[in-house]
Amino acid sequence: MTEPELPFAITLGPGTSRADLTGSWRTERATYVTRQAPCGNACPAGEAVRDWLYDAEEGDAGYERAWRRIVEVNPFPAVMGRVCYHPCETSCNRGQLDESVGINSVERFLGDRALELGWPLPPVAAPSGRRVLVVGAGPAGLSAAYHLARLGHAVTVKEAEDRPGGMMRWGIPRYRLPRPVLDAEVQRILDLGVRLELGVRVDDLAATLAAEHFDAALVAIGAQIGKRAYIPAGSAAHVMDAVTVLHGLEAGERPLLGRRVAVYGGGNTAIDTARTARRLGAADALVVYRRTRDRMPAHESEVREAEEEGVRFRWLSTIGDVEEGAITVEQMELDDTGFPRPTGHTEVLAADSVVLALGQDSDLSLLAGLDQVDLRSGVVHTSPALMTGQPGVFAAGDVTTGERSVTVAIGHGRTAARHLDDWLSGLAPAPEPPAELAAFDMLNTWYYEDAPRSHRPRLELVRRQSTFEEVVEGLDADNALYEARRCMSCGTCFSCDNCVAVCPDNAVVSLGMPGSYAIDLDYCKGCGICVAECPCGAIEMVPEQI
Amino acid sequence: MTTDLKLYQIGTFAAGNRLLDPDERSVQADPGRANAITSGHRACQGCGEALGARFVLDAAIRAAGGDIVTANATGCLEVFSTPYPESAWQLAWVHSLFGNVAAVASGIAAALKAQGREHVRVVAQAGDGGTVDIGLGCLSGMFERNDDVLFVCYDNQGYMNTGVQRSGATPPAARTATTKPVGAEPGNVFGQGKDLPRIAMAHEIPYVATATVADLRDLERKVEKAMSMHGARYLHVLVPCPLGWASASQDTIRLARLATQSGLFPVFEAEHGVVTATTPIRQRVPVEDYLVLQGRFSHLFGEHGRPDVVARIQAGADHNIARYALAPDPEVVPHD
Repeated sequence: MTEPELPFAITLGPGTSRADLTGSWRTERATYVTRQAPCGNACPAGEAVRDWLYDAEEGDAGYERAWRRIVEVNPFPAVMGRVCYHPCETSCNRGQLDESVGINSVERFLGDRALELGWPLPPVAAPSGRRVLVVGAGPAGLSAAYHLARLGHAVTVKEAEDRPGGMMRWGIPRYRLPRPVLDAEVQRILDLGVRLELGVRVDDLAATLAAEHFDAALVAIGAQIGKRAYIPAGSAAHVMDAVTVLHGLEAGERPLLGRRVAVYGGGNTAIDTARTARRLGAADALVVYRRTRDRMPAHESEVREAEEEGVRFRWLSTIGDVEEGAITVEQMELDDTGFPRPTGHTEVLAADSVVLALGQDSDLSLLAGLDQVDLRSGVVHTSPALMTGQPGVFAAGDVTTGERSVTVAIGHGRTAARHLDDWLSGLAPAPEPPAELAAFDMLNTWYYEDAPRSHRPRLELVRRQSTFEEVVEGLDADNALYEARRCMSCGTCFSCDNCVAVCPDNAVVSLGMPGSYAIDLDYCKGCGICVAECPCGAIEMVPEQI
Repeated sequence: MTTDLKLYQIGTFAAGNRLLDPDERSVQADPGRANAITSGHRACQGCGEALGARFVLDAAIRAAGGDIVTANATGCLEVFSTPYPESAWQLAWVHSLFGNVAAVASGIAAALKAQGREHVRVVAQAGDGGTVDIGLGCLSGMFERNDDVLFVCYDNQGYMNTGVQRSGATPPAARTATTKPVGAEPGNVFGQGKDLPRIAMAHEIPYVATATVADLRDLERKVEKAMSMHGARYLHVLVPCPLGWASASQDTIRLARLATQSGLFPVFEAEHGVVTATTPIRQRVPVEDYLVLQGRFSHLFGEHGRPDVVARIQAGADHNIARYALAPDPEVVPHD
């Protein structure tokens, strides 16, 4: 090729500035990253919350994709959207901006939509030829059964009660979880081919395993025995425990609580019992708790709803004595360490019955024949992989150590199923690398629209005091979509194109697919504007190696 | 089916938005954008002017259907984009003297008119020195004759490529090579300098607007609007300069945003000498938030700081807020 003739005194031909690779100025490079969002990090069930919200943000077809992402880990979205105490929302970065995203209400919307439209769970893998026994059809057992079935194992669930659900049925009142929702989500799991034997109590696990040739077992029997505290009580005193009251109610009995009911304890079961007592006609439902409100294990929303329904609270008090029609309460005070101690000041209050809600124990007699299982303090101790000391016997849910909630149990069930599958295959569990958390200060919240949260409507108060109708109503489609779109997508790209726009050097290239960009290192000068102006903290600066 | 919803996550604050149709996104989010200044130019890391000029010209090229000529005054923009024999420009571009770009652009417009090619649009570009100081005479003449030119001033508040000297657009108290932070009144003096958007408005030309690199959608809309009109039009774009402002390179857009949210840089539009629209402040901040990020104001802070001077700067911001009614309407409360 011949060079064009240049004018007089001109020695260089015209050229483009692209010949000048200004990327060589750089000491740091911009790099796309995916950080862990706080919502998913906080989810005891292990849901990738941000990622399913991303799908739901599109609406319409996105809803089913979002639901499918949820049921990858949790087969109970409609239940969870009602009973979960949503630690995701507590940790949501948007809470530092205005109000956290109503994740729980969107999950319920998706769960209800799936039931309404009959979306099936994903298909199961080819049969593995392995047989697994799950003891207990509560949230942990059913969650594990679901995951084990999907992995191709033949799963048998043995349940002592005549209906499945565990504490989701026998512990959580209907006004929080309507039974048709529970039944439908359980049935969907059974439709995968999980065998459920109702009314079958496993008394001796070792014997059952041997007699029925199971390859492995999961103990998920929960904790149904109400703890008793020694309280001096007259012969005519009416003292019950909360688990029995709630169970009896679900079984069709109508517990005789009287007009004035005192509930002793400060957990969610205490609140459930007091709210139930109001619905059964108690004129006065009083919760007696030995510490202060802020130290109560019950969740704030539960306490608030109970107060709205007329439940009364007596903080810093213990019940010292129960007679017919009356209880003696003693005023407590907190010592320097926050532990309550008696003051000696007592008061007599009217009460027709006392319901103890002081926590629950498990009946661990079925494990008696397995010497290697550690049962100290009345709970089953496991490895981090949720395996007991007995090889092939795993445990999950309330029967193990740790926090007791439906969400934790569902997460436990999945974790146990994964490790049980690893154990059956002879694999060593691979530890997951920890991902960096997308903290609030990594976001540029200027870019998010101002959008206050849409709250779920609640049932009228009058009906909440007399019926077991569901208290919290769902969001409609418009509000659910609005709520999903309040998500800030912390730590992962959501295709806003800001990085492409703000680069002074045109060094950010859009690759065409949503969320796929590349940095052109020939020209990236490393100014960092793309990092500063990325709304969601999905780019970081990395020092160049010199 | 799409429902008419109020919320689109980031709405139009970011350049693009996967939830919006492509034609509702910004020019900069378009993979086929013109890239009027292509890669390899020699602007500093984090240059606001390189960014602002691309934002403006890409929008102008789209609005003009590609039929566009630009004249460029001497200054940073010309120096970093055209080191002989290379050019970063991807449109017809001509370099003028420091002070005569308005006259050159007027001449191009007149020549195109004489040739009957008035569909080819003319954009003149200059920095604040070439606009408010050296080029003011030619610019005023262009305004007076109402020549069919869009004149864009990229305001980085000083003569940056010659070594950061003071211009008529340098703010009070700022340190430059010619306004040292010494004495009773450190840095640039108060009460001098030129507010060129208001000078332009005094000519009663068809369109005057201010904008920043922090609000891309607003800037693109104003370019598009200016390109839809004929006659003399003036666009004043605030472009932070990491070198001259002694700020971190990644803070360029953040500083432009803080300039608007503090009230120091009012964003508005005017037609025929009358203000027709202002961009209200969304998250009001004190001027400290803006000043403290810049080394050129570092003498106002720290052990020997000058809170009295900061208070005078704040008073200036408050005056802008009152003059252009920039404060959010207290009557407007978010719905719940």
